[in-house]
Amino acid sequence: MAPVGALLRAVRRYNTSMWTFIHKLGSPPWFFGFSGSLVRWLLPITVTLLLVGAIWGLLVAPPDFRQGNSYRIIYIHVPAAVVALAGYYVMAFAGAVSLIWRIRMADVTMRAAAPVGAILTAIALVTGAIWGKPTWGTWWVWDARITSMLILLFLYLGVVALFEAYENKTAAARACAVLSLVGTVNIPIIYKSVDWWYSLHQPASIKFTGESAIDASMLYPLLLMIVAFYCLFVLALLLNMRAELVWTHRESGWLKQLVGDT
Amino acid sequence: MPSDRPLLSLRAVFLRQFLRHGRSIMTSPADVANPLLFFFMVITLFPLGLGPDPARLATLSPGILWVVALLASLMVSAKLFASDFEDGSLEQLALAPYPLAVTALAEVSAHWLATGFLLTLVSPLFGVMLGLPDEGLLTLLVSLLLGTICLTLIGALGSALTINIRRGGLLLSLLIIPLNVPVLIFGTTAVREAVLGGNPESWLALLGALALGSLVIAPLAIGAALRVSLDS
Repeated sequence: MAPVGALLRAVRRYNTSMWTFIHKLGSPPWFFGFSGSLVRWLLPITVTLLLVGAIWGLLVAPPDFRQGNSYRIIYIHVPAAVVALAGYYVMAFAGAVSLIWRIRMADVTMRAAAPVGAILTAIALVTGAIWGKPTWGTWWVWDARITSMLILLFLYLGVVALFEAYENKTAAARACAVLSLVGTVNIPIIYKSVDWWYSLHQPASIKFTGESAIDASMLYPLLLMIVAFYCLFVLALLLNMRAELVWTHRESGWLKQLVGDT
Repeated sequence: MPSDRPLLSLRAVFLRQFLRHGRSIMTSPADVANPLLFFFMVITLFPLGLGPDPARLATLSPGILWVVALLASLMVSAKLFASDFEDGSLEQLALAPYPLAVTALAEVSAHWLATGFLLTLVSPLFGVMLGLPDEGLLTLLVSLLLGTICLTLIGALGSALTINIRRGGLLLSLLIIPLNVPVLIFGTTAVREAVLGGNPESWLALLGALALGSLVIAPLAIGAALRVSLDS
């Protein structure tokens, strides 16, 4: 029975340490220190990934058979769109955590994720329009996926605007959490819309099951750029959260102590 | 001090709240007539703006009717909880030992009967005026019947979130319109399918699914949103 006991103890120890970590995340001073060291690591990684991915995609990858060099905007367009969609889930998940457990740091996360996601969505829309001009001959097409990205932009802007409209910021965070959770119901419909209202837009090129329609020489830099954009999102989120923390705790002792120390 | 009176069943609470709100709607018939008038007048603007060509109006009519119905629901939802919020009865409801989701759903139901349901009933008339082919009229009726349920519930959620915000009207449309997009797409596609001689049933089924889904989810969200608004 000794190994079983040891296993149980190990599981319990792991469990406690995991919960301690989660509880610590809820504390602003601890989070401020932790995110600071995270940013120090993430910043060089993100810059390197972005540089390598951009050079690989824009200079090294072969030109497209039909679109020539104009397709290269894919290395910005697709990562921005992918991360913009994922960002909504980050926001909605943080909103759910904030509603259920009333953790202030979850409020801060949700509030910080909304503008970052909105900007990424706008980047995806603008690059899509620029790409559309040489490829389809028009800046804007009322196609399902373009339209659903536009709706995603409205959903993000709604959360930002609702937060700004409330004077009581605790209530603002809870209202935004309700709104983003309801919006989450819409996101699967946005994804499904590709199948339902397929029109001019090409179907998704990257398929994880079956043959990918994009050649490996173009796919690898694209995957690298997607990873880079995820890192960029996390980095922007953390910096945004830290700025928010500094502002809301500008009178707190721990922050003054921290500023005094350095 | 706890009251000695036994708690009512949820069904009785729903019924009482429904009747109470229904009576307060009855006292101001103008509030019932206004959205219908709005619907009528905006419908009139389209032939004036697009030209009277019957063939073109007929092809555009499913979209026009649905968009105007959406705008009408947007217009009325701003006022849904307003009077209850101002006279404090919303606060009493929040303090009552009954889930706010149920009492709010009762209010929304009474509101829907007076706005969305009435609008659905008169919609074939406007469909005929815009030259919508006869094959589309029944589908228009059914799609609006299911669709206005979704529109009203989503509008109620927006209203609950913005009730305590000054100048919340524009914000309300920013919050609601993106959520209404699937309803609009399913509704117009159903009517267009029917006009073209296709089968609108799958689109109506999707609308029905949306209506049932929002009937389950929206009251909970509305209840939570009302509590946020009351706390702020």
